[in-house]
Formats: sequence, C-alpha cells, structure tokens
Amino acid sequence: MITTAPQGSTLQRITCPTPITAQGQVQLGHGSGGKMSARLLRDRFLPRFSNQYLEGLGDGARIPVEGSEVVISTDTFVVSPLEFPGGNIGHLAVHGTVNDLAMMGAVPKYLSAGFVLEEGLELDVLDRILDAMAEAAAACGVDIVTGDTKVVDHGKADGLFVNTTGVGFLKGDFRPSPELARPGDSVIVSGPLGRHGMAVMAVREGLEFDADIRSDTASLAPLVAALRESVGPHVRCLRDATRGGLASALNEIAQASGVGVVLSGQPPVPPPVEAACEMLGLDPLYVANEGVMVVFVAPEAEGDALAALRAHTVGASAVAIGHVVPEHPRMVVLRTGLGGTRVVDMLPGDQLPRIC
Amino acid sequence: MKYLSEYRDPEMARGLVKRILGTATRPWTLMEVCGGQTHTIVKQGINEVLSDAVEMIHGPGCPVCVTPLEQIDRALHLAARPDVIFTSFGDMLRVPGSECDLLQVKARGGNVRVVYSPLDAVEVARRNPDKEVVFFAVGFETTAPANAMAVWRAKELGVSNFSVLVSHVTVPPAMVAILDDPDNRVQGFLAAGHVCTVMGWKEYEPLADRYRVPIVVTGFEPLDILEGIWMAVRQLEEGRHEVENQYVRSVRREGNQPAQDLVTQVFQVVDRGWRGIGTIPGSGLGLTPAFAAFDAERKFGLEGIHAEESPDCRAGDVLKGRLKPFECPAFGSLCTPESPLGAPMVSAEGACAAYYNFGRVQADVPVGAAS
Repeated sequence: MITTAPQGSTLQRITCPTPITAQGQVQLGHGSGGKMSARLLRDRFLPRFSNQYLEGLGDGARIPVEGSEVVISTDTFVVSPLEFPGGNIGHLAVHGTVNDLAMMGAVPKYLSAGFVLEEGLELDVLDRILDAMAEAAAACGVDIVTGDTKVVDHGKADGLFVNTTGVGFLKGDFRPSPELARPGDSVIVSGPLGRHGMAVMAVREGLEFDADIRSDTASLAPLVAALRESVGPHVRCLRDATRGGLASALNEIAQASGVGVVLSGQPPVPPPVEAACEMLGLDPLYVANEGVMVVFVAPEAEGDALAALRAHTVGASAVAIGHVVPEHPRMVVLRTGLGGTRVVDMLPGDQLPRIC
Repeated sequence: MKYLSEYRDPEMARGLVKRILGTATRPWTLMEVCGGQTHTIVKQGINEVLSDAVEMIHGPGCPVCVTPLEQIDRALHLAARPDVIFTSFGDMLRVPGSECDLLQVKARGGNVRVVYSPLDAVEVARRNPDKEVVFFAVGFETTAPANAMAVWRAKELGVSNFSVLVSHVTVPPAMVAILDDPDNRVQGFLAAGHVCTVMGWKEYEPLADRYRVPIVVTGFEPLDILEGIWMAVRQLEEGRHEVENQYVRSVRREGNQPAQDLVTQVFQVVDRGWRGIGTIPGSGLGLTPAFAAFDAERKFGLEGIHAEESPDCRAGDVLKGRLKPFECPAFGSLCTPESPLGAPMVSAEGACAAYYNFGRVQADVPVGAAS
C-alpha cells in the first residue's frame, strides 16, 4: 500500500499509478520462452483449444492425414533490428519453422508465409529479406507455396513481422518427442551457444558494441536426417534451443519426461559470446540460438550420434554435455568445476542484465 | 577468456577447497558482503563444497535487494508519468513495489528503458528535450562514481530535463549494523572488491579492530572467493582480526582518489532506509545542495509517497543472517521467485531465491554427493 503524507501534501490522493493485478496486461516477459510464457499457454491458450495434438506441446503437431501422419508447425518472427550480423528476419522465418518440423522428426516440405508490413518500410530492406527467405528455402529443400501480406500504419509494427507455417513428412518410425527422455540417456548439444542472441544484442539501438559475433541461424534438418539414418531408434528427444536458450529447452524436456538432467560442466560458448555476456551480466545458457539443438539419445548411441552430427558444418562442434537421471525430476542441475551443484532453472521472464 | 579463465581454474579451486577444509578446526560463519560474490558462490556451489568448514551468510550487498520499497514505489510513480522516460539498470525492473514492478508499468505504456551506463541516460535526455528523463541511481560505492559522473556531466552540459532518483547505500555502516545486532553470528567478512577498488580499505581498519573480526577484501571469481575465505579462516584459526587484501590486482589501500573526489563533490552522506532492515544512520548518499536541481524527488515532489513493507516478509532478518531463508514462514508458499514478497527472492542470486533453488535439489541429492 502506498500511503500519503497526511496533511499539506500536494499528493493527497496519490495511489500507485498502476493498481493492477499481477496478470493485468501482457508483458514482454510473456514472450521470453521462460516460466511466464509457459504459464500464459497453460492458463489461457491450452484450456480453450485443448485437443490431443496440442497437448504434446511439441515444436509442432503430428496430425493424421489419409491413414498416415504429417507434421505441421507454425512460428511468428519479430526481431529488432530486422537485419543483424549473420542474417536477417527472413533467414529466421524459414529456418525457425523448418527446425520446428525437424525437431518433430519430420522432413520439412512446404511453407506458407504471412507478412505484416509497416508503412514506411524501405523496399530495399524488404527485398533483402525476401531474397534471404528464397535462398534459405531453396537450401532447405522447401517450397513457399502460399502467403499473405497486410500493411499497417506507421508505428503499428516494427518494420515487418512474418509468420511461417510448415508441413513436413515423417519417415519410418522416427518419432522423437519431449516426453521420451529416460534415465541414462546422453544429452548432446549440436553447437556452441549464444551466438544469435548476442549478435542481435550487439546491434540493438542504444546498446551497440563491437563484437565479432554472427547469428547462428541455420537449418537443423540435415543434422536430424543424419541422426535418423545413423541412430534413429535411439533418438529420444530433439529440441532447438531458441528463445530462453539451452536452459529452457532442457527444462522443457525434463518436465515433459519427468526426469532430472545433470550437466557435467559448462556447455561450449564461443569466446566473443562469453566476453559479451560477461560485460552485460548475462548467462549464455539463457541466450537465444537459431541453429543449435539438444539431442537426447540412448547412452549406447552417443558416439554414433556425435559422429553423425559432426559430419555437418552446423554440427561440427557437437558435444555431449550431460545425462538424464531419475533423481530430482523436472529439474536441471549443473555440476560445477568445484564439484558443487547449481540449479539451472527456467527464468520467470526475460533475462535482465545485473548491476552487481 | 583472458583475465577470467585464470581465476576459474577448477584444479586450483579444488586445491583451495582442500586447503580451507584442512585449515578449519571448527565451523566458522562468514559473510560475503557483495551480491556479485553471492552470485559466484551460488553459481559455483562454493557454499555446498565448504559446508563442513564454513557457513556463508549472504550479506546485504545486493543493491537491488536493499533498495527500500518506498524508493521503488517512487520509481513506479515516475515511470508511469506520460512526460517521463525512466531509465534504470536492468535488474531493478522486476523488483516488486507495493502494487507492481517497472516491467508492469512498461506494459501499461510507461516509457521504461534499460541502460548500461548512467551516461547513456544523460544522452537519452539530450535526445529527448521535450521529455523528463530520470535515472534510478542505485548501488553501493561501486556505482556511485559513474552515477555522480552522470549528474556532473548533465550539469556541465546544462541538461535540465535530466534527474536522478537516488537510493545509494554504503557498506561500512551496514557492517556496523550487523555487528551491533545482539543476535549477530558473523565472525568474519569478505569485503566487496569493487567497492574497495573505489574506496580503498582504510575505513575497514577501525571496524576490524573494534569488533575483532577479520575482513578480507575479496574479488569475484571462484579462485578469488576461495582464497578470500581461506585468508579469513586462517585469521580466525590464528586468532587475528585484520584487514587483508586478496584482490591485489585491483585494490589499493587508498582506493581511487579521483573517483572519491567526484563522489564527494556530487553526493553527501545521508540516513538511508534499507529494505527489510530499516533506516541505518549515515548509510546512504544523497545529492549535495550544488546538484539539488537534479534530484528527482525534489523535482517531482515525491516526498509524500510512503510505503509499508509486507508484514509477512522477513527479508531484514535474512539479510542480517539472523534467519535462514527457509526458516521464514512465507518461504516457498507466499513467496516464490515468480511472485516474490521481498527483494532477496527477486534475483536468482538473492539469498532467498538461491535457497529456493538449492533446497529443492538438496531434497534429492545429499550435500557433497556431487562428483
């Protein structure tokens, strides 16, 4: 309660300027991929749309079509600035949905694209973004088969928003899923962490700093195909470590499978990313990636899985980072170099830079 | 990473752990003063591996945690004004005020911006002459010079639409408050390395002497902390109570004189409230009369805003080391990291949040079971 000075104050009637309940408005933290996002889904979206496909909470849905199954996934892309070292929003729009399909075990095939364009957007910028989408789609072997454009008043969108929805096909019995992790499974990360988030942050208005960091935006579909061919039946879960970073991806799997995850040390972080994170007081475990996934595989398949991933450029630095345990279910912990334990929890909302 | 990885070497760290465990003939209770040190201790599990020899109490050195509710409410009031751009260090944004936090004010249309340097806030003011720009000047002696510089610069440039909401605190009076408490359990301190980089350690010498406690000026990396703990334990075992400097690569006895001069030019010592603890005499900094024009409280007439802390929150006892977080009746029920009652539950490094996480894993994995 805010109280006021009893007499002689010009602020007699002052109340807190925001007398609201904790959940009165959507906050940016609701889009962070952390606990606030999870709660928004759980409390508001899932009860209303509930069905068996949605409840899996995978990166997409496997739906029956004519006695077979296809995978459908959708993602909406908002990033500021639209162009950043290593790519632009067009690359993200294609790779993001392609990767979500791949995480469901599907071979990506078709994409739709819906655009919200802001009045005043430079056509040159739009051209570069569309070029990036065309180029990325071709490289991924997907066709953009339908789309939509809308234009809104200046100030109503941050240059451009884009949604892509993808359809992919399953091969054989390959069905990785977040609830399939089992004690003993090996946990692999396909590449070094934090490049996308810090590349964008380095060019964000008001925070420019010089850093040799490029976004890792890339298709993970070739890596998934290699895993399927090499160790398919042993692959339990796949998750791309996008917003909320590796920590959130691991927590989501630990929760879906009801298991504990132990990281045996600090996962790989490129030195410039580490330096930028140190400077800003951020933890690379929570920084977004756009071309990194976690793979849970049966322990006997760890070596073959690593070999399959490392055969591709995007997975060249793949490394085992931990394993699944029956203890502390739904929790991720990291064993420190000292032999201590650190809980790697999901953050409530966005990661906030620390003062101290 | 150069100049960091050298101070994180796991093998040397394990060697220091062994040395501490070998030196302590009985359990000792130490307090690390600074939130940055708490961060390292929790992140590296240092409290866990040393639990047989040393109990670490997380002290009141997190500026986010000790900023009084009243100042948070004043910040919320300013941030909600349509004519104000409110700038702040990032982690203040989620600290709960009486009714909400800065992130929620932002969601309602308040212009709230994270800055990394107070000078950036002055720049925001220059670029937005039609707005009032307020910077939330919080922190210990470490951030005081940079915040003082922002005010000094604004005056030099004649940026009259810039002001600061000051909630600066200083370390030594807080240590005195802890040591004077009849229930005090702290036997030695790790003084905050960066505070001492600015202030030196002269002002700690009378404290060590009067209260017969070892004070070790300590850095922030794992090896710094472990060496600082070892130095404090060695003093306790040998019956000494001196000020020693572990952080030799950064701290000199006299500190940084130009920084101190700037601070005394812009700020003066005032009584200051600490969240959960109450007012500690002479424990804060406020603007000197020469810079009063930049005082947001004066400029916007905020003196009338008062706030009362939740009676359920025992943050003060926790910050003084009198109560373990899990001994608080609200811990884990009324108060969680998602809906914190008090500031130590807000940031992952806050004492309550640290225990909230650690306690949950501890239920399944015995302490020391880590390989």
